[in-house]
Amino acid sequence: MTNLVFAELSNGKLRKTSHEVVAYSCKLGATTAVAIGQADTGELEKLGAYGVTKVLHVNDQRLNNVFSKAYTKILVEAAAMVGADTILLSHNSAGKSIAPRVAVRWNASLYPGVNSLPENGSIRKAVFSGKAFADLTLGEGLKVITLNPNSYKPEITGGSATIEALTINVADADFDYTVLSIEDESGGHIPLPEAEIVVSGGRGLKGPENWGIIEDLAGALGAATACSRPVADIGWRPHHEHVGQTGITIKPTLYIAVGISGAIQHLAGVNQSKVIVVINKDPEAPFFKAADYGIVGDAFEVLPKITEAVKKLKSEG
Amino acid sequence: MKLLVCISKAPDTTSKIAFTDGNTKFSEAGVQFIINPYDEWYALVRALELKETLGGTVTVINAGKADSEQIIRKALALGADDAVRIDLDPADAYQVAANIAAYAKTEQFDIILTGKETIDYNGGVVGGMLAEMLDLPYVSMSSKLDVDGTTLKIEREMEGIKETVQVKTPCVISAQKGMAEARIPNMRGILASKTKPVKVINPDVTVVKAGVKVFALPAEKTGCKMISPDDAAQLVGMLHNDAKVI
Repeated sequence: MTNLVFAELSNGKLRKTSHEVVAYSCKLGATTAVAIGQADTGELEKLGAYGVTKVLHVNDQRLNNVFSKAYTKILVEAAAMVGADTILLSHNSAGKSIAPRVAVRWNASLYPGVNSLPENGSIRKAVFSGKAFADLTLGEGLKVITLNPNSYKPEITGGSATIEALTINVADADFDYTVLSIEDESGGHIPLPEAEIVVSGGRGLKGPENWGIIEDLAGALGAATACSRPVADIGWRPHHEHVGQTGITIKPTLYIAVGISGAIQHLAGVNQSKVIVVINKDPEAPFFKAADYGIVGDAFEVLPKITEAVKKLKSEG
Repeated sequence: MKLLVCISKAPDTTSKIAFTDGNTKFSEAGVQFIINPYDEWYALVRALELKETLGGTVTVINAGKADSEQIIRKALALGADDAVRIDLDPADAYQVAANIAAYAKTEQFDIILTGKETIDYNGGVVGGMLAEMLDLPYVSMSSKLDVDGTTLKIEREMEGIKETVQVKTPCVISAQKGMAEARIPNMRGILASKTKPVKVINPDVTVVKAGVKVFALPAEKTGCKMISPDDAAQLVGMLHNDAKVI
C-alpha cells in the first residue's frame, strides 16, 4: 500500500486524532502526510516519529478552517502526485465531511469509521451502534479509510520527516460555503471523542448545582465530562456533552457513569468503551449489566471517596 | 421550496442483534423497523417545517425492497407529499448514494437532506457522496437550518465547536440533534398517506464498492465486579492495578 494521510491541524497544532491516523497509516504502508493551513513551528516534524518520511504542507491561509470541497481537491491531487493507492483520514467531523467527497472524486472504495488494522483481506468497523462488528471486503482498487478516534494507539518508531511546501490551485469556486463565525463552546476542553477518560452524569444527580462532584473527579483524573440525554435536554449540561444514540459516540479507555440508568439509547453512545464503571443508587439499573465495575450507593457519598483515592494515587505515583 | 429527504430503514434501537447465513446477513426475525431517527426526527421534520412556512414540496426517497413500504408510509403520514423507492437491497452506501443521485439529477431540488448517520451502519457517508456526485456544497453535522430565499444559514456542532455557515441552494445537508423535534403522525396524516404517490424505480447502479464480508458479535462482558459503597476507594486500586486504565 502507498498511503497518503491527512494530518488535520487545529489552531496550528496537530489534533490527537491526526497522530492516531498517521501512526496507523505508517503501520499499513509507506506514508506521505498532507497538512493544510497554518502550522506552528516544529509541529509537522513531530510526524516523523511515526515513520512518515515526507509531509506536504499546503500553507494556504484561506484554508485554516476545514472546507470540505477545497480539502477534497488537495487530497486527490496530492494522491496523484505521490502515486498513492490509499488515502486515510480520521473519522472525526472533518474526516466525515471530506472522505465521502474524496472517495467519489477519486473513484475509490470508502471504509468509514474503522477500528483496527486490516486482517485477512478485510477491515473491521463497529455497526448497529456498537452492538456488532462488520468485516468489510478490501478490494484491489483505490481505497479511502477513515479511522475512529481512540481506536489506535500511536507508537513512536523514530525517524524524521522532511517538510515540503505544496501549492495546489484552490479557486474561489472550491469554497462552496462561507463560515460566518466559530464559537468554542467546550471551554477549551479536549473534544469528547478524543478523551481517554470520561466521567458522565445523569438525572441521579438531581440538579445542575450538584455537578461539582463530577467535575472534581474529572479534574483529579484529567478526564472530560459528559452527560445523558435527559439532563442535556433540560439544560443542566451543555448539548455537546450528551453521549448516546442521538448525541455523540465515544470510545474512551474508561467511562464512569454516575446516576445514569443505562437506557439502550445511552449505551449506544458508550458501549465501545474499554472499561465501564457504573455508580447508581438503584441496584436494578440496567447499566450494571453492561458494566465492568459497579457500586450501588449514593453518588454524593461515593464519588468524593473515589476522588480522594485518585488524588492519593496520583501523588504517590 | 423543493426538498428531498433521504430516509433509511433501520432496526428499532431495542432490537436484539443476530446474524444468519453464516453471519453474512442481519437476522430480521422479530425485528421492528423504523425510519432512521436522524433522518426522521431532524431531516424530515425540518423539511416539513420549511414546507409549512415557505411552501413547496417534500419528497422522501429510500433505497429498499418492498419491506420499506411501512417506513415510507410513515414519512408520508408525517406530511411528506410523495415518495420514491429505489428497488434495491443496498449492499453499501455507494449504491444508495449513486442511485439517489441518478434520480435527483432528473429533478431540481433546492435542498437535499440526510440524517447524520444511520443507527445500523453508522457510516455517515451518503450525504457527502451525494454532494460530490451532484457537484453541490455539503454541509454536515447541521443542528440548525434557517432559510432566506436562496441563502441558507446553518449552525454545525462539531466536538464542542459551533460553526455558523452560509450556503446557497441547491446543496446537501446532513442533520443532527437540535434541528427539529420528533413528531407523531395524526389521524388525518395517516389517512392521507394511503393515497399519496410512491414511485418505484429500478436501480441504475448496482456496483458494490465496500460490501460486508461477514458480521461478528462482541465478546460477552465477563460480569460486573461489584464494590460496596463503603469500600469505594478500592475501585481506584482495581482500575490502576487490574484494569490498568488509570
